[in-house]
Amino acid sequence: MTLSGTCVIAGIGATAFGKHPGRSSVSLNVEAIRAALSDARVDKDRVDALFVKPPTSDFQMLYTVKVASALGIQPRMGGAWDQGGAANATLISIACMAIEAGQIDIAVVSFADNPRTGNAAVYARPRGDDSLYGWFGTLPGYAMIMQRHIGEFRTPPEAFGAIAMAARNHGVRNPKAQVRNPLNMDDYLAADPLVAPLRRDDCTLISDGGGAVVIMSAKKAAELGVDAPVPILGWGYGQTFYEVAYRRDMTSTMAQTSGATALKMAGLTPQDVDCVQIYDCFTIAALMTLEDYGFCQKGQAADFVKDGALMQDGALPFNTSGGLLSETGMPGMQLIHEGVRQMRGTSVNQVKGAGNVVISNQGGVMQTHSTLVLGQ
Amino acid sequence: MSAEVKPDRTGPAGAFWSALDGGRLEFQRCRACGAAQLPAREECTACLSPDLAWEAAQGGATLISWVVYHRPYHEAFKDRIPYNVAVVELDEGPRLISNILAPNDSLRIDMPLRLELGESFGQTIPQFRPRVPTG
Repeated sequence: MTLSGTCVIAGIGATAFGKHPGRSSVSLNVEAIRAALSDARVDKDRVDALFVKPPTSDFQMLYTVKVASALGIQPRMGGAWDQGGAANATLISIACMAIEAGQIDIAVVSFADNPRTGNAAVYARPRGDDSLYGWFGTLPGYAMIMQRHIGEFRTPPEAFGAIAMAARNHGVRNPKAQVRNPLNMDDYLAADPLVAPLRRDDCTLISDGGGAVVIMSAKKAAELGVDAPVPILGWGYGQTFYEVAYRRDMTSTMAQTSGATALKMAGLTPQDVDCVQIYDCFTIAALMTLEDYGFCQKGQAADFVKDGALMQDGALPFNTSGGLLSETGMPGMQLIHEGVRQMRGTSVNQVKGAGNVVISNQGGVMQTHSTLVLGQ
Repeated sequence: MSAEVKPDRTGPAGAFWSALDGGRLEFQRCRACGAAQLPAREECTACLSPDLAWEAAQGGATLISWVVYHRPYHEAFKDRIPYNVAVVELDEGPRLISNILAPNDSLRIDMPLRLELGESFGQTIPQFRPRVPTG
């Protein structure tokens, strides 16, 4: 039995991205869910599963129950999934499996957080006992992996610049994007390093905001007359070791397994993929995911991404709403929303003839990975 | 934010820091399967045996990767900027976070290193110096 295509994303909704001073993450979830339910034209009382990625900056017990209470619903299934930024994609796949197992009919997956106007201390905390060496923060873990990639494969700064430019220059045309000034290679190369080799424009935004999706079977969507159901064709997962220092191979991740599993389930090869929305919290994460998914050989991304290959009209259109680097620093849901818009034909950077889209979500310092493939 | 930086000596890490107090960098060696590991844990990650012994590192190592902090994440380090933090692989296999005692622009992937004990906030820590002089 394959579940490929049996379930659909029936609705998407989000808050504005940027700053929401004084708003709780529960309230931002409610706003996003209200918008997603409205998009799907589903009443909240028909939702019988609520899955939430807990807010990164304010992890809480029984968080999903709090959101369900604010929504005034008593779903059958509910829960939060701790997989860092990989959680949203995984929760969508869990919804599909629960629907096909007959446990639920309509699921909502949601995420909201307010690290920009709230508390972003989680991103700067010491890393175990290694604080004595000055080892602090999430960002430097990515810099460590990036330096190894540069050393092993002679990856030039322009490869990372090409990724930053593709995300930003797609974001320029997205009215919802948080950063919309164009970026060229000279700007990219001229910025001071934060933690070398990471430059300013290699790094995610930090944003308040929320996003949600509504999931149901294709059959249910037909029955309810959902306007633009987007079939979920495949998914896959992977997880690697916690400490960056102790990974034997620092320049590959379990994105390889995640991507291969999802593409196989969807009946696709990397050559068949029309469009990608890749988790770009840092340019190195996106570059390695392109390699790990098999769009090019390991270590060859520099050649692959040059000459505008990642732009809307390029060989592999990438992060067409701006991603974490330009649209919002939200961990992953915005990529799923943009995948849905590409399949509906409503993206501000619509890829001509796109019949499928591959979406990556990943968490921590590339420890967790989850892949979704959507179709039409 | 507090300027105090000190290791957490609870659990199996206590023996790691105690060895350093005595001037030795040690790692765990599994008595059951022979695997070597850091960071210190209660069980061997290769065979899951709890029968772990401590063994002194001989001091040879390789530079796996490094970063250079150009802005402080902690006020206690603001006078050290720009400073490096590295991942080092001991010849015996285990890896650890450390600092390299060399100019940041002289560092190279896979360069051979030699252990040199140093001090950070009153605690003896393992640091490393390139084994051959670099330009």
